[in-house]
Amino acid sequence: MSTGKPASPYGYRYIGTKRRTKEDPRFVTGRGRYAADIALPGLKHVALVASPHASARIASIRTDAARALPGVHHVLTGEEFCAATDSLPIGVDALKVTRWALARDRVRYAGEWVAAVVADSRALAEDAAELVEVEYEPLPHMTDAEQAMAPASPLVHPAHGSNVILHRNFVWGPVKDEFARAEHQISFRAIWNRNATVPIETFAVVAQWNPGTEILDIWASIQMPKYPDQTARALRLPGNAVRVHYDVDVGGSYGVKRGLKHTVLVGYLAKRLGLPVRLIEDRLENMRGGDMHGPDRVFDMTAAFDSDGTIRALKIRAVDNVGAYAGRAPFQLGKPVGAICGPYRIAAIAYEPISVLTNKTPQEAVRGFGQSPTNFALERTMDRIAQFLNMDRIALRRRNLIRKEEFPYTIPSGSTYDSGDYHAVLDKTLAAIDYPALVRRREEARRGGLLAGIGTSTCLEPSGGNSAFEPLLNPKNETTTWMDSCLVRIDLSGAITGIMGTSSSGQGHETLVSTIVGEILERDPAHIRVIHADSLNALPSNSPVGSRMAIMLGGAAAGAARHIRDTLIAIAAHNFECATEDVEYRDGNVSLKGVPEKVLSWDQLVEISHRKFHRLPPDIEPGLQAKFVWEVPTGGGLPTPDDRVHIYPCYAFETHIVYVEIDPETATPSIKEYVCGHDCGVMINPDIVHGMTYGGIAHGIGAALYEQFTYDDNGQLTSGTFMDYLIPSALEVPPIRIVDHCTPSPLTTFGQKGSGEAGYLGAPAAVANAVNDALAPLGVEVNALPISHLAIFEALSTCSAP
Amino acid sequence: MSEAFYSIALEVNGTPRAGQVTARTSLVDWLREHLHLTGTHIGCEHGICGACSVMLDGEPVRSCLMYAIQADGHRIVTVEGLQGPDGRLSVLQDSFCETHGLQCGYCTPGMLIAAQALLDSNPQPTEADIRDAIGGNLCRCTGYQQIVDAIALAARRMAEGTT
Repeated sequence: MSTGKPASPYGYRYIGTKRRTKEDPRFVTGRGRYAADIALPGLKHVALVASPHASARIASIRTDAARALPGVHHVLTGEEFCAATDSLPIGVDALKVTRWALARDRVRYAGEWVAAVVADSRALAEDAAELVEVEYEPLPHMTDAEQAMAPASPLVHPAHGSNVILHRNFVWGPVKDEFARAEHQISFRAIWNRNATVPIETFAVVAQWNPGTEILDIWASIQMPKYPDQTARALRLPGNAVRVHYDVDVGGSYGVKRGLKHTVLVGYLAKRLGLPVRLIEDRLENMRGGDMHGPDRVFDMTAAFDSDGTIRALKIRAVDNVGAYAGRAPFQLGKPVGAICGPYRIAAIAYEPISVLTNKTPQEAVRGFGQSPTNFALERTMDRIAQFLNMDRIALRRRNLIRKEEFPYTIPSGSTYDSGDYHAVLDKTLAAIDYPALVRRREEARRGGLLAGIGTSTCLEPSGGNSAFEPLLNPKNETTTWMDSCLVRIDLSGAITGIMGTSSSGQGHETLVSTIVGEILERDPAHIRVIHADSLNALPSNSPVGSRMAIMLGGAAAGAARHIRDTLIAIAAHNFECATEDVEYRDGNVSLKGVPEKVLSWDQLVEISHRKFHRLPPDIEPGLQAKFVWEVPTGGGLPTPDDRVHIYPCYAFETHIVYVEIDPETATPSIKEYVCGHDCGVMINPDIVHGMTYGGIAHGIGAALYEQFTYDDNGQLTSGTFMDYLIPSALEVPPIRIVDHCTPSPLTTFGQKGSGEAGYLGAPAAVANAVNDALAPLGVEVNALPISHLAIFEALSTCSAP
Repeated sequence: MSEAFYSIALEVNGTPRAGQVTARTSLVDWLREHLHLTGTHIGCEHGICGACSVMLDGEPVRSCLMYAIQADGHRIVTVEGLQGPDGRLSVLQDSFCETHGLQCGYCTPGMLIAAQALLDSNPQPTEADIRDAIGGNLCRCTGYQQIVDAIALAARRMAEGTT
């Protein structure tokens, strides 16, 4: 399978080498198996009736005409559904903000599902959906979070008594003193408008109930922690009655494939009707009702600093528009607490996160879980401080970056950064792009009449995701573990199988597990199979969120493989009648040290394990398999009474340098150069890490320049198609250079850190800084993303006005 | 509401296929649901994302924007038809594996169709040609870099006659 194998830069046999992935061959031949490809005999199809109003009382629903259509099996409304199932969970302490897949009595955003039609085909179901008559009485609505916070605003959930579902004031360190001592301070507002990672595959789910076994089988394009548990709970089923098939390929997720409401709806219908049922969102359903919008945030930033560029303290107020319902999304204000000062030494920080309900589509988790918007606000702050001091932006960063010798470094909010060499990565990246030459190019372009700018960002990617922000933001929640696991099994033929308990959406977990197991057992990863167990067969997993799998699944795979290796060593030593220290493991064979001809081969050891109990040591189980369940390194603790908490274990670093030119006539921005310096420790498979980083940068370019879920005055989503919601193509995303650096993490098996959110965490900030650098000679700036073509045009218009 | 069915006959991946379709059945639905060629994916159903790209008489088209009945009498190639008759990966498919020009795989069939159409008409494309050719195919995983690398590699290999 492998071609061209330069040695691992880290001295490993397989880790860090150029190796083809295990997954790619099935995808290039059209043999992926996605949720929409699951064909069950007699499958029925769901179409949805959605609210045209942003806020309304449902006066009546008439379903007779729809039901009368031949081929229609059921028309489900909220009245039946909400009585038969439980509300979906909410993470923060706002239990009266209830939520079902179908509205009952009241709709709270345009696109909210009101009824579900089940029919023989999707086309027939859509025909019938058009015959459902819903009478609405419109109510006042608002889509602006600050308006929703005003005292007289209409309430999205009157039972909750407020539109605010989370409001905290954290103060870490001597904020007041540092502000008093600082020579200068600036304040400004940075706005991260709503976007999402918008996978090309919409959410799809298929469910089938077997009344004989009383098991609900589910195939879904899911990437979500606790998905089987939450599905079972909402359906009032025991956990062992829901079997999620994790061997379904997921067509992209980047955090957002969280179709819990879809699954409860389809699961209910499958059980109620005794028929296999499928729901595949169409694009509009996905865009306005799919629960996949990301953070929608207004930052008020205040920074205190001295004339030499030393930053003393920050005050951050973040108002986040969570939309009409809330699940886990408000926690996206919590994760950034773990890197709230970015890669900088800042002694004191005040942070005021506020999560507000409005009549927009509900927000869900998106790549970075709130970190990318926070990094954008921090990096705009850095540029504005530099501008205020008339100081070079890179010199300012250099002055404040944590130094290599200071690690492990604990930030005021309580997280400890494991390792890093930020200055080295920055220097390497500047050298790679020949920064002085880039500056000269910008000056030349400016002389030639173009608007030209260089942007930079230095950002962190917290990785190894756990959920320590849950108890921080909701003291009633005592979650302190976010384990992951792996089972490694050697069968009688000697073949190795790794078993993981969650689905993948392009991250290459099969390659990850096989590489690590192969490394430890010294067996060729090309022959190691990795499968995705279903949820009833699986060991515990918390899914691939928070850049965690290289660390958590990789660590679990290593733990299980080491157990196998130790077992083989013990079997050999027992048969040689010597101590385990006296044998040597090589390529799966175990020999007596110094006596290479005295050897038990891999096949012989496997044979003993499976067939020859009389040759096994007394404390070794027959059969050859090992599980390993791993708690997040550094995890396990609750926040302190003064709100300090260790969030994620590992911190990857990235620095982006971007060169942008804007045609002053058309206001069109064009990215001409892009380099990203990246340090995520040891890379298990560099092609996979680079791929995710390129993709993250493309997402970041979209967030910075193009992508936004816009709403009109009536509360209607006006970017529900790819004609209005602009996803960057190969023509907008430039060639990108990645400069690797490796500072191993001391906390992980091989020194690896996470990388699933790489690129996305620094790109929006760098691109925004580049555009603002281009606009700077005109004395204008734009601090709201996306900095669209129109936004640039308007900025240019203000300064060219007489 | 009973719908009328119409007969169609066409060539798919070199094999004659026939079927009965309603007027509103899209080509992509027919390929996926009736021929079980699930390699062609549905992304947006309004012609922007390119995930459903197939070749129609050698040209890449959006199978979500075509009705099955419009393909009557034509020649269709889907991702399942890109492999050689011996089942080996094509040079292009192999190059995607070599550069890891994909992640989740969902846009990949459409990308391969767009790239194959490019290489068929322009065996020595520049990077700008490649980016232009896949400019109508959206990918959210890769940032396009390793896709562009894959297509350039395939072109080089084809020129050298190596696989």
